[in-house]
Amino acid sequence: MRPVLYILSFAAVMALAFWAYRENYATQQALRDRDALESRIDTLQDALAIQRAEWAYLNRPDRLRELVTLNFDRLGLLPLEPDQLGSTAEVAYPAPPALAIADPEIVNPVDVIGDQESLP
Amino acid sequence: MTRTPLRPLVRILQARAKGENPDGIERENLRLRNESTRDRARTRAQLRLLMLSAGFMAAFSTIGVQMGSLAASVPVEPRRAGAGAEVSATRADILDRNGRVLATNMLTHALYAHPRDMTDPAGTAEKLSLIFPEMKAPDLTRRFTDGRSFLWLRRVLSPEQMQAVHDIGDPGLLFGPREMRLYPNGTLAAHVLGGAAFGDESVRSAEVIGTAGIELALDARLRDPALATTPLTLSIDLTVQAAMEEILAAGMAMMNARGAAGILMDVRTGEVVALASYPTFDPNDRPNPVLPKDAEPGDSPLFNRAVQGVYELGSTFKIFAVAQAMDLGLVGPETMVDANAPMQWGKHQIKEWDNHNYGPLLSVSDVIAKSSNVATARIALMFGGEKQQTFLRALGLLDPSPIELAEAPKVKPLVPPRWPEIVTITASYGHGISSSPMNLAAAYATIANGGLKVTPSLLRGGAGKPAERVISEQTADAAVAMLRRVVTEGTASLGEVPGYAVAGKTGTAEKTRRGGGYYSDKVINTFAAVFPADDPAYVLIVTLDEPVETTGPKPRRTAGWTAVPVAAEIIRRTAPLLGLRPQIELGPRDGVTAVKQ
Repeated sequence: MRPVLYILSFAAVMALAFWAYRENYATQQALRDRDALESRIDTLQDALAIQRAEWAYLNRPDRLRELVTLNFDRLGLLPLEPDQLGSTAEVAYPAPPALAIADPEIVNPVDVIGDQESLP
Repeated sequence: MTRTPLRPLVRILQARAKGENPDGIERENLRLRNESTRDRARTRAQLRLLMLSAGFMAAFSTIGVQMGSLAASVPVEPRRAGAGAEVSATRADILDRNGRVLATNMLTHALYAHPRDMTDPAGTAEKLSLIFPEMKAPDLTRRFTDGRSFLWLRRVLSPEQMQAVHDIGDPGLLFGPREMRLYPNGTLAAHVLGGAAFGDESVRSAEVIGTAGIELALDARLRDPALATTPLTLSIDLTVQAAMEEILAAGMAMMNARGAAGILMDVRTGEVVALASYPTFDPNDRPNPVLPKDAEPGDSPLFNRAVQGVYELGSTFKIFAVAQAMDLGLVGPETMVDANAPMQWGKHQIKEWDNHNYGPLLSVSDVIAKSSNVATARIALMFGGEKQQTFLRALGLLDPSPIELAEAPKVKPLVPPRWPEIVTITASYGHGISSSPMNLAAAYATIANGGLKVTPSLLRGGAGKPAERVISEQTADAAVAMLRRVVTEGTASLGEVPGYAVAGKTGTAEKTRRGGGYYSDKVINTFAAVFPADDPAYVLIVTLDEPVETTGPKPRRTAGWTAVPVAAEIIRRTAPLLGLRPQIELGPRDGVTAVKQ
């Protein structure tokens, strides 16, 4: 009985040692991975900050104003004016559909009458 | 412990019977006793020695193990605790109210030299002077060869310059990372932002500290590492600010003014939506101007006229005297007051502008519309100087502005030390006491806000102070209605903007001479506007320094001809951007809308 117990406990110690050895290296690898990721995050954040600054610089009002002036013949942009705001009451109703008689393709008066009768 | 007797009686008797000496027994017993005592003492001493050596063993083995582990383990850099966002951004960004960037950081590099590591100091100096025009080759060579081991060359480098320095390839030239403060919009809102500079510098990094404006006023907040990734959101609207600066610069040129300032403030929250001062500067490259001896402080581009410019603001103050008199129940809008000019007070004579006489009687409403000095003085005398002081102080006109700018707390309005009746008279129409346009904006906002005190703020959401009532709501409404009449039929007729019902008050004050007295041809023109009058949302202050309008036969210097048209144009351009819909009178109704309504 006793030798079996010795062998078993020795085997358990070996297994635990093997496990601890692997865990140690896995942890070190995880730490290295984290460091690499963090430095990548830092680089990307720096790049992002630069991109944001660049975006703000390219969209600065002075430059936009110059671009609008340069491209006036294509875009025709003007500053926002109060009379560009209106109320919904000022929006015109859509034009009523043109009467069929106005359509020059129709030559037969019977067609025209039939068309008009079918309107709601 | 049982003590064994030295002379046991039994053995003594037996020994005597045998004829032996009983003393031998006693000696024998004494010897045994001494031996056992000696043995016990030795055991104790051994135990003590053992414990002592165990203690030393433990101490030395601790040191040994520590030394062994230090010698055997691989040296590892100490790791950073959290994720590394705060390391890359050491100073928080500043955004406008819509999240557009006003100030941010950019990673650049500083250039320094270790002259002792240089292979070819003269050649390196020559090549550096080709890259950087401000460096002179002979000067650099001398500094590279005089035996020093360290030398700063440049605080910031552009990426192209850095590559060029790299290409020189000298081992004595080194780069240190730098966070540089960047204002992508250039001169826009320069006086709000102020500027930043490097504080303590080292090879690895440098601290960025604010030098003026909000960068200095909120320096602690911007540098707080816990808040480094939370941007500071201002109340400034970039678009409105750009429009206001454009018009203000154009207006200043058209009116031949020496300087200009503009403030646009939300009357409900006290948020400053736009703040401009001319001449201006670029906070990316903050100048350090040397002014000529006779220059005014306002000639420096760094001078923030809206906050630091303490001027006699003239007739814009009249509404305060009238509002106070109405609040005290002394007059109503239609009460007739004595306006017979000139008014004699002791040895002083109070006159109207251009020696007019609006008298003999004028309604209070017309006092504001026509801007009568005499009638305002009579109204102020009704309640007297003490109440006037209290009221002006409640409006914040006699104290430094609480706005979050580094310049603001240092600017104390100029108030006479004593307050005799002549001061009451002059203060009622804005002379003899000086205040800043920012204080004036807050005071007008208080009136436009239905009489609840407004605290100006540059932070989104306002200062968040509980509003206390300064005047009653009825008085405030009546005061705004009077200000509206100034535009519709008074001195600010050029201020009418269709759809926006502008209300306001003009002010023209002669500039004070340095030696005392006033210039006759140098004025400060101010227009304090509130719009829209039926439901006030914004206050606009426009101040022009020494403007003159020259389209007429003779030069015109009153605010109605200079500051008012500029303010009207600012309102016309910015009101739609602020989301205010114009109340446009519709044309004659067509059939459809007539039926619908």
